[in-house]
Amino acid sequence: MADIVLDNVVKRYPDGTLGADHVNIEIADGEFIILVGPSGCGKSTTLNMIAGLEDISDGELRIAGERVNEKAPKDRDIAMVFQSYALYPHMTVRENMAFPLKLAKMDKAEIDKKVNDAAQILDLTQHLDRKPANMSGGQRQRVAMGRAIVRSPKAFLMDEPLSNLDAKLRVQMRTMVSKLQQRLETTTVYVTHDQTEAMTLGDRIVVMRGGVVQQIGSPQKLYDRPNNLFVAGFIGSPAMNFLPATLEDGVFRTSLGDLTLSDELRRNLEASDAPRELIVGIRPEHFEDAALVEEHQRPKGSVFTAEVDVLESMGSDKFAYFTVQGEQAMSDDLADLAADAGTADVPGGDAGTLTTRLSAASTATEGRSTEVWVDTSKIQVFDPNSGKNLTTREAAPVTA
Amino acid sequence: MSDLANEPSTQRTEPAAPPERAPSSPAAHRKPGKPALSEGKKAERKLGLLLCAPAAIIMVLVTAYPIIYAVWLSLQRYDLRFPGEQQFAGLTNYAAVLTSSYWWSAFLVTVIITVISVAIEFVLGLALALIMHRTIVARGLTRTVVLIPYGIVTVVAAFSWQFAWTPDKGYLAALLPEGAAPLTDQVAALAIIILAEVWKTTPFMALLLMAGLALVPDDLLKAAQVDGAGAWQRLTKIILPMMKPAILVALLFRTLDAFRVFDNIYILTQGSNGTGSVSMLGYDNLFKAFNLGIGSAISVLIFIAVAVIAFLFIKIFGAAAPGSDEGKR
Amino acid sequence: MATATATEPRRARSASSSGTADNKKLWWSIANLIVLLYALIPVLWILSLSFKTADTVTDGNFIPRAWTLENYAQVFAIDLFTSALINSIGIAIISTVLAVVIGTMAAYAIARLDFPGKKVLVGISLLIAMFPQISLVSPLFNIERAVGLFDTWPGLILPYITFALPLSIYTLSAFFREIPWELEKAAQMDGATPLQAFRSVIVPLAAPGVFTTAILVFIFCWNDFLFAVSLTSTTRSQTATVAISQFTGASQFAEPTGSIAAAAVLLTIPIIIFVLFFQRRIVAGLTSGAVKG
Repeated sequence: MADIVLDNVVKRYPDGTLGADHVNIEIADGEFIILVGPSGCGKSTTLNMIAGLEDISDGELRIAGERVNEKAPKDRDIAMVFQSYALYPHMTVRENMAFPLKLAKMDKAEIDKKVNDAAQILDLTQHLDRKPANMSGGQRQRVAMGRAIVRSPKAFLMDEPLSNLDAKLRVQMRTMVSKLQQRLETTTVYVTHDQTEAMTLGDRIVVMRGGVVQQIGSPQKLYDRPNNLFVAGFIGSPAMNFLPATLEDGVFRTSLGDLTLSDELRRNLEASDAPRELIVGIRPEHFEDAALVEEHQRPKGSVFTAEVDVLESMGSDKFAYFTVQGEQAMSDDLADLAADAGTADVPGGDAGTLTTRLSAASTATEGRSTEVWVDTSKIQVFDPNSGKNLTTREAAPVTA
Repeated sequence: MSDLANEPSTQRTEPAAPPERAPSSPAAHRKPGKPALSEGKKAERKLGLLLCAPAAIIMVLVTAYPIIYAVWLSLQRYDLRFPGEQQFAGLTNYAAVLTSSYWWSAFLVTVIITVISVAIEFVLGLALALIMHRTIVARGLTRTVVLIPYGIVTVVAAFSWQFAWTPDKGYLAALLPEGAAPLTDQVAALAIIILAEVWKTTPFMALLLMAGLALVPDDLLKAAQVDGAGAWQRLTKIILPMMKPAILVALLFRTLDAFRVFDNIYILTQGSNGTGSVSMLGYDNLFKAFNLGIGSAISVLIFIAVAVIAFLFIKIFGAAAPGSDEGKR
Repeated sequence: MATATATEPRRARSASSSGTADNKKLWWSIANLIVLLYALIPVLWILSLSFKTADTVTDGNFIPRAWTLENYAQVFAIDLFTSALINSIGIAIISTVLAVVIGTMAAYAIARLDFPGKKVLVGISLLIAMFPQISLVSPLFNIERAVGLFDTWPGLILPYITFALPLSIYTLSAFFREIPWELEKAAQMDGATPLQAFRSVIVPLAAPGVFTTAILVFIFCWNDFLFAVSLTSTTRSQTATVAISQFTGASQFAEPTGSIAAAAVLLTIPIIIFVLFFQRRIVAGLTSGAVKG
């Protein structure tokens, strides 16, 4: 067990592109940290550099206080779980799990004991003599985990370990990974593309984009106080709604109508010398069916009327989708996000749709106009050029 | 189905991988002041060189001198019948060969044999490979028997074909109309040469293709079947693309070999009646006419022709050649 | 093999009713039969020739009218042939083992490792594969005479390895490329050195490729005539292909057709044994289950 420190780590490819650009992350002993971001954001590169599978071009990587830049993977005492599991097909489950121990020249009795213990934890005892080819995806995944935990390494690295599983199994395995990590208290770096995994598993999340760390913080912190448009749009599912807004006479003029500002927000914007053209971000749960909002709450927000395009009833609540008229919010960050979500070239896409989460009691109906209330105190405001979050005055540092 | 859907996601990690360092421009990215290679990288380089050393050493030891000597000879006027007249002749041997109608007719014959036989071999070989790979009865027997033609000594096999097609001696000639002597007619003789080539070397093709087939995951084929792909679509859309590296190796080596066809022609027709290949021409000049200069020039020309074929293959198949960067990490 | 055959009956059975399964079996049997006929008719012709008597050998009949073992007796009566057979077997096996081992090492390095000079090696091996061997024979003869390798086993083994290497390297590296990268990364993470990863993960997985290559190399060495006839001169190292070419008929005037056919049959038997032995190892789908998909 150990802490891992990435100190200005750079990955530069021969063609000059940067896979990781001065990445600074301090991972505490026993911490579960998530690297998340769109494809090609550098999260896998970063993980591979920690593993030693890719060279570090610049900067320093320290594991338990010791510089390991030049160390071969085998000397770093780190275990890794791969997206494809990478089980050795010619070995049985037992042999697969014993392999790292054998390489470490452990004696046979001890190997057996450790493998059996790990198999017990992962509920693999009755499968020990099978080969991976004859196992289900979930079982293979557990074998891969088993191979990582048998040798009690300094840290676990996991590269999208659950992405090949079907949805139900993924939920089960997610819980298992979480419990396992809590039980073993081993430092874990976990790369994922999946929102829910990122939010539920990690002590802290690192959001990356184009090799640059965007923000590091607890899941809640990233959700409530995203540093910029990119983090705001990336964290949260369904994603935050973004609307272009003009700051005029103390209100935001948007395609939804005028949104009032809280006093604090107005002060902050004035103080930070914000431009008049802004982007406002509103999470789906900050909308409500106006009919259901209690009288004393109403002044905290604004009300608009629009026709419901699609209504999805989830039982616990209802998702109502509206088409937003007029211009759409434009920024590099948002374009990146759209490209990642694959909606960039879908006509209409996500960008023109407003997603709202209403109480189950809402009477909103598809094709009918509904009055919707927005909690304007929860609005996030961004600079369309820099993408920076202007909502709070404290200039949020990248590392929180 | 889920396997198919997952396929792109498995690939997704690849763009993040480091493009391979181009050996040609090490200076471009290894600027002074950059950190030394990590131990892993250094171990990798060392191991690479170590593993290749035996192959490289033995290949160079055995062939360097003979190849250089052959090229040197091709630039000499050197006829063993007139050893006294040996002298440097520049490219005159090449000029003599390239302006000779013998060379061009032999070249044409060689191209015809190569193209037709390799094409037939590929189709037949693929069919054989599929049968060997998929058959549910007598798999071991089939796989073994298919390889027998390839295992039979070429000279003997050719001899048996010649015997079979000789009027009054062979069972095949007996099937032909009275008086037909196929080995003395250019077109018929070429057809027999191609038949002998195809029969003998298709198993080679089939074996390499079957090895490639073994790498196509069954799950993928099942997924495609569920997606409604017919047998033909599965073959052309999934099996063949996945087998590309194996196909390249099989076609390349067969083409190179076919272009140098010698044994079969030597036994079947001795190159008479316009059936001589370029290798026959080279052999005749080297070992019958003892004109080492001309003979070596022909060898070098064959080499160049073969090199052009190989180059075209690798260009067409692109990165599927070994040692290319695609697919690394 | 075990896993492959185990799934076959299941697949056949799952084809709804047993009727269609039988049908399937019939079709495969027909396909197999065609394949067998294709491969065997010319071979049976040689076999038939080898059993024909001297009088009937030229009668053009596919099935001998009079059977005899005379031809085989004649072949073994020649001392040359027995020693040549031993030479052939020894030289072919040694060359095959060495070429496959050396080729496997080089192919792995080419397919998987990053090191300077890789492209040069690929180029050299292609060059060797492409150069007409006819023109290389005389210089090789001169060298071997000079260093005393002429008419020895190593004198043939060395060129055989050399000319088998390009094909070995190409075939094997095509195999290595198909083995998922992540397996090696996993081995590295599990604490393996590159050499350990190669030995305990890659080589077992590449087994089908290794055995395929072994078969091809063995056949190449076994069949070679050009080098054998030029680089040997006595029973010390003359191989069977050369021995056949030196056959003469029972009498001065008789053509040795029968003996040649008999010798050819004898020469084919080791190939069949070799292939039978190794084809089991060309296992289908060994890599399935390594990674998903």
